Amino acid sequence: MWIQAWNYLLNHPDKILGWTLQHLYIILVANVAAAIIGILIGIYISGKGREHIAETVIYFASIMMTIPSLALYGILMGILSLLSLPSIGFLPVVIALTLYGLLPIIRNTYAAIREVDPAMIEAGRGMGMSEKQILTKVKLPLAVPIIMAGLRQAVVMNIGIAAIGSYIGAGGLGQPIFRGIANYRTDLILIGAICVSLLSIIVDMIMGRLEWLTTPKGVRIRRNQ
Amino acid sequence: MIKLEHVRKIFTDGTEAVKDLSLEIGEGEFCVFLGPSGCGKTTSMKMINRLIPMTSGKIYIQGVDTMKLNVNELRRGIGYAIQNIGLFPHLTVEQNIATVPMLKNWSRAKQRSRAEELLDLVGMDPGIFIDRYPSELSGGQQQRIGVARSLGADPPILLMDEPFGAIDPITRVNLQDEFLKIQAKIKKTIAFVTHDINEAIKMGDKIVLMKDGELVQYSDPSSLLYTPKNEFVRNFVGADRVLKSLRLHKAKDVMQKPPLLVQIGEAPSRIKERMEKNMLKWAMLVDENEHFLGWITPDDLKESKRIKDIIKPPTVTATLGTPLNEALSMMFNSVIGTLAVLDDKKRLAGVLSFQHMRDVLGQYMDDSKTDTGGIQG
Ligand SMILES: Nc1ncnc2c1ncn2[C@@H]1O[C@H](COP(=O)(O)OP(=O)(O)OP(=O)(O)O)[C@@H](O)[C@H]1O
Ligand SMILES: [Mg+2]
Repeated sequence: MWIQAWNYLLNHPDKILGWTLQHLYIILVANVAAAIIGILIGIYISGKGREHIAETVIYFASIMMTIPSLALYGILMGILSLLSLPSIGFLPVVIALTLYGLLPIIRNTYAAIREVDPAMIEAGRGMGMSEKQILTKVKLPLAVPIIMAGLRQAVVMNIGIAAIGSYIGAGGLGQPIFRGIANYRTDLILIGAICVSLLSIIVDMIMGRLEWLTTPKGVRIRRNQ
Repeated sequence: MIKLEHVRKIFTDGTEAVKDLSLEIGEGEFCVFLGPSGCGKTTSMKMINRLIPMTSGKIYIQGVDTMKLNVNELRRGIGYAIQNIGLFPHLTVEQNIATVPMLKNWSRAKQRSRAEELLDLVGMDPGIFIDRYPSELSGGQQQRIGVARSLGADPPILLMDEPFGAIDPITRVNLQDEFLKIQAKIKKTIAFVTHDINEAIKMGDKIVLMKDGELVQYSDPSSLLYTPKNEFVRNFVGADRVLKSLRLHKAKDVMQKPPLLVQIGEAPSRIKERMEKNMLKWAMLVDENEHFLGWITPDDLKESKRIKDIIKPPTVTATLGTPLNEALSMMFNSVIGTLAVLDDKKRLAGVLSFQHMRDVLGQYMDDSKTDTGGIQG
């Protein structure tokens, strides 16, 4: 079985590369969307007097996470076909992954902004920064590493969930797995599984590096001590 | 100039933090807000730059109603330093100091040169510190940067809320001394909050003593100590208020002319004679340039040595500017309990004794007549 998988790898590297790229593409689109939407929502709900909205938003984002992916795909297919949009393939999967990615990003953005030392905000305000300047020059730079950590969580989690997307024809590394299940080809299942795991590990490492790079230098030094 | 008129603050929970506060801080004046915890010092100060909106009343800065100004413009014109310093950890020392210049869109070059200038002012080498981050500084250095940052765009007014709090006593005293020197140069109008009476006396031209949101006494430090308005003030300044007041006076204000000067060539017997005539147990030896050489007591004269051989250089001397609290402490260390005061050319200018210090300070006290105790000369 291992030997078969190995042979397949040697004979069809182009196919494996294709699935991997497809997979990455889905992840990229979904998580860029999730990051933009999630960070904006996170910033919005961290505003003064929005604690209730924040609670509600995070509550619904958490519920979203508990919906099994196949069920969510099913629901989205229904909605999309009602809107006469493509109900299988790329679109429903990207939407589902975007929704799954929201929670860690919203949650981290909200917490990071909320946790900025009030003394710093007061100093900024006392020196005449507008609320917008306090956000862009004080809160966000300090929040970036934590937001990045949320994004990292979202991406890694979505790499796994995206594999299931192949079931509704979105392509990616789920394809060899489902084909293997259908045709009793353990080698294909193995290849798919290993590639998904490797991809997660590599992307996680890259995102970790990114998290470090986006941490402001002055804050990095403090963490080192 | 800052003027508060019937200023009042009631927080939404009903706490009346400041009740009908009216006062005026003159141009270039160092005004200290003093009082027990929770008396409304911080609230009063923050209403000046509108960090806390007042419930009623008016505040004028250079005659302009602060409510009529754009709030961010108002704040950019007022230096602000807070107790927890609040330096931005993601910005360098330069960027921190140049926060307000940056908000005012100064050029990068001008921001940098201003940061260098201010680092020099607070006694930190720009070559070493300008590109560091706050996490790479000691607590005392961070406080200095906090002060430098409040001076960023050279505002005429400074608000400082316990800027030297949360720091060890020695560094604190150093920072206070340095800041007084800085203030002597820059002459800002300052509202400074502290609950430390010693800091208030040392730093302030004027002290606003508050209690439960009300102004109790507004006066210069010596009036606060010598003529406390009521029991609360008396208790707040403490039973040792006379000792506290010592730092307000300098040696030159209290010293006397040396009663008995002797020259190095004088015969011991003659000196003895003069001491007895003046009923003194000591004489002060000076050379031809009036430099102080030391004390002579009758004991020194017993063995009939020449004066040259019995000179004992003085262990401690004061200068004209020595505050009396330090002078007093030196007197305890000096052999005969009196202290020579030298001028800046090291010539003998005068002498301090317990008796005379008591006489002079007694004039200030409102209740010295009833005090029968005190230091006996
Ligand atoms: N945001 C707020 N809401 C309600 N009450 C407040 C608020 N801020 C301050 N207070 C109350 O107002 C009073 C004055 O507070 P303030 O901070 O001015 O005291 P302070 O003199 O600066 O004291 P400290 O020396 O402890 O700093 C206190 O009783 C405090 O509890
Ligand atoms: Mg306070």
